Amino acid sequence: MSRLAIPKTYKLFIGGKFPRSESGRTTEVSSPAGEFIANVAKASRKDARDAVVAARAAWAGWSGASAYNRGQVLYRVAEMLEGRLDQFVSEIVESTGVKPADARAEVTAAIDCLVWHAGWTDKFAQVHGGANPVAGPFFNLSVPESTGVVALIAPSVAGTSLLGLVSSIAPALTTGNAVVVIASELAPCAAMTFAEVLSTSDVPGGVVNILTGSVVEVAPWLASHADVNAIDLTGAAREIAVECERAAAETLMRVVRPGTFGPTESAFNRIAVFVETKTVWHTKSLA
Amino acid sequence: MSFRDYASAPESTAILNLRPNYGLYIGGEWTDGRGGSMTTISPATENSIAEISLADASDIDRAVAAARKSYDTVWSRMSGAERGKYLFRIARLIQERAREFAVAETLDNGKSIRETRDIDIPLVAAWFFHYAGWADKLDYAGLGPNPSALGVAGQIIPWNFPLLMLAWKVAPALAAGNTVVLKPAESTPLTALMFVDICEQAGLPAGVVNIVPGFGGVAGKALVEHTGINKIAFTGSTAVGRNIARTLAGTDTRVTLELGGKGANIVFDDAAVDEAVEGIIAGIFFNQGHVCCAGSRLLVQENIQDEVVEKLTRRLSTLRLGDPLDKNTDIGAVNSKEQLARITAITATGEAEGANRWTLECELPAKGFWFRPTIFTNVTTSNTIARDEIFGPVLSVLSFRTPDEAIVKANNTPYGLSAGIWTQNASRMLRVADSLRAGVVWANTFNQFDPTSPFGGYKESGYGREGGRHGLAAYLANGGAR
Repeated sequence: MSRLAIPKTYKLFIGGKFPRSESGRTTEVSSPAGEFIANVAKASRKDARDAVVAARAAWAGWSGASAYNRGQVLYRVAEMLEGRLDQFVSEIVESTGVKPADARAEVTAAIDCLVWHAGWTDKFAQVHGGANPVAGPFFNLSVPESTGVVALIAPSVAGTSLLGLVSSIAPALTTGNAVVVIASELAPCAAMTFAEVLSTSDVPGGVVNILTGSVVEVAPWLASHADVNAIDLTGAAREIAVECERAAAETLMRVVRPGTFGPTESAFNRIAVFVETKTVWHTKSLA
Repeated sequence: MSFRDYASAPESTAILNLRPNYGLYIGGEWTDGRGGSMTTISPATENSIAEISLADASDIDRAVAAARKSYDTVWSRMSGAERGKYLFRIARLIQERAREFAVAETLDNGKSIRETRDIDIPLVAAWFFHYAGWADKLDYAGLGPNPSALGVAGQIIPWNFPLLMLAWKVAPALAAGNTVVLKPAESTPLTALMFVDICEQAGLPAGVVNIVPGFGGVAGKALVEHTGINKIAFTGSTAVGRNIARTLAGTDTRVTLELGGKGANIVFDDAAVDEAVEGIIAGIFFNQGHVCCAGSRLLVQENIQDEVVEKLTRRLSTLRLGDPLDKNTDIGAVNSKEQLARITAITATGEAEGANRWTLECELPAKGFWFRPTIFTNVTTSNTIARDEIFGPVLSVLSFRTPDEAIVKANNTPYGLSAGIWTQNASRMLRVADSLRAGVVWANTFNQFDPTSPFGGYKESGYGREGGRHGLAAYLANGGAR
């Protein structure tokens, strides 16, 4: 006798918990063949604001953690993802229709991306900052620090539902930012399964918050939110990106325009866009 | 006459060789602007200095075209080593003519000759010398091998450090291989126009540096909106910075903004108080407080507040306000009538909202724009004078009991440009420095600047850094956000 499977309820990931959208709305997700997969939560403005509050609350702890600690946590995420490799492959195949080999390549690339960033946590400050030889009796040091709360629009192009998400959040997490990310609208399921990976990976609750739903509806609320320090529009279509950039001007939020980085690109500068350089001077004296 | 009185010792203006009028400098030639003209005056005397031709949108168009042409045909094809040699020449020429520029800057800006002679102009030379050496070392800028320039940079600078802000903008832009269109502030165009002479003496190719005086709402706006610009670098108010960011939304134009501040200068009870008092004064009365990174909020530990304020007022009483060309002068003129009105208005809110005002008693010159150094005590965090940037010689004093409270109060501002810490306890200093959300933290010093040291803000103080490798990256492709 065949057994009836237990399908998963896809919810949001806010503050380390899995709430439904407060709006009660969902979006139906189907396979390319038109078969029903799931009702995915459709986040509202309130959900976005809750996510920002959670990110802000988590930021102090995450940015204050040692770089070594952040590196180990990111590496732990990679370990957990590796352990669920097959699950992600089948989920991506089911929801996007790609070949299993391609799905496997995407998931392994996401794992490797996490490992690459895990290795950067305790090297970034050394490469990006440094001692400044000022013309006077001063100790002078420039150090990069996390910008704060970063909003991210994950890319929605084919083959990036997981890798695009991971490529977006990993650079921001490396230096201690807390993030609110809007997952791929085309294929949101992998993002929410990735939230399960995060929640079992020692990532403190609230450091990563994942919303599913409409980018056009939710992104402007994040771009105009006074407690968001930076926004990555890599995954945003042109029109909504311009609207968000204009809104971000009101608070002088840092903006990463679409096209600055490829949707699945890992790069030193993608880490650097979410830091502030602080320069500390101290008088030298024998007195 | 008391022992504190000095005979006046004015710096001679005979060293100047000013023209009665100045045009725009576009493509290596002087040309009349189509945006009318204005007289630039000395804020200390209200005397006219020169007639300045102003740019309109069509002039900006010509300037951008000239900058593009020289970028395409000359500057982008030149080796970094050769570019650098032009910058070294400029640095040396500035040093040779330093006194002349110091006098001109004091005349046009109103700041004391002591500051222009000992701080502004030496830093201008240092800035060009520093970036000169970068021009053939761009591979080491941290952006991968052979990073490319952006193209034409539009640069808009403020009136508080006119020539120094020019140097902060022009030196890294040229070193990275860009050409520039620079708009000086309307009230202080003089030294930027004199800088043209330096460029010509250095033999700089035509069109690499274009200087276009004008009003922000006309020339500045046209520059920001120009589609032929690859980069806008702006130093000025947060309100204008917001406008620029909004205007450039959806374009490919890169932006760096260096905006306002409301810096906290934190004095702990274990500080060396006499040194701290000097630092507080340097923090807020340097350049008449016309400093975006000024330490305009003094946070002093409650148990030493009375002692610090008493020493501060006593020390302030020895400062000399008056003729900025006098070598004894500490406090010069406010830069403009408009700025004086702004300072006067916001200071009035201090009293209206319940703070206690102390003002230096001193004679003010009969003509010109002057404001007496002022200290407010009994200030609360919600007072206008504790929140808004005054950009004048006005200090707001707040107190705290614990380091945690000092950190919270210091960070309680939408700005994040500078902060100061005064303590003899090194571990406390480092812990507080870590917690401050500010781009520059001065510990047991204040208002120090150096071309090797990145400068710029967190939050609404803008984005990007000027100075050092970080300042260079702001003019190279793949240099970061926007």
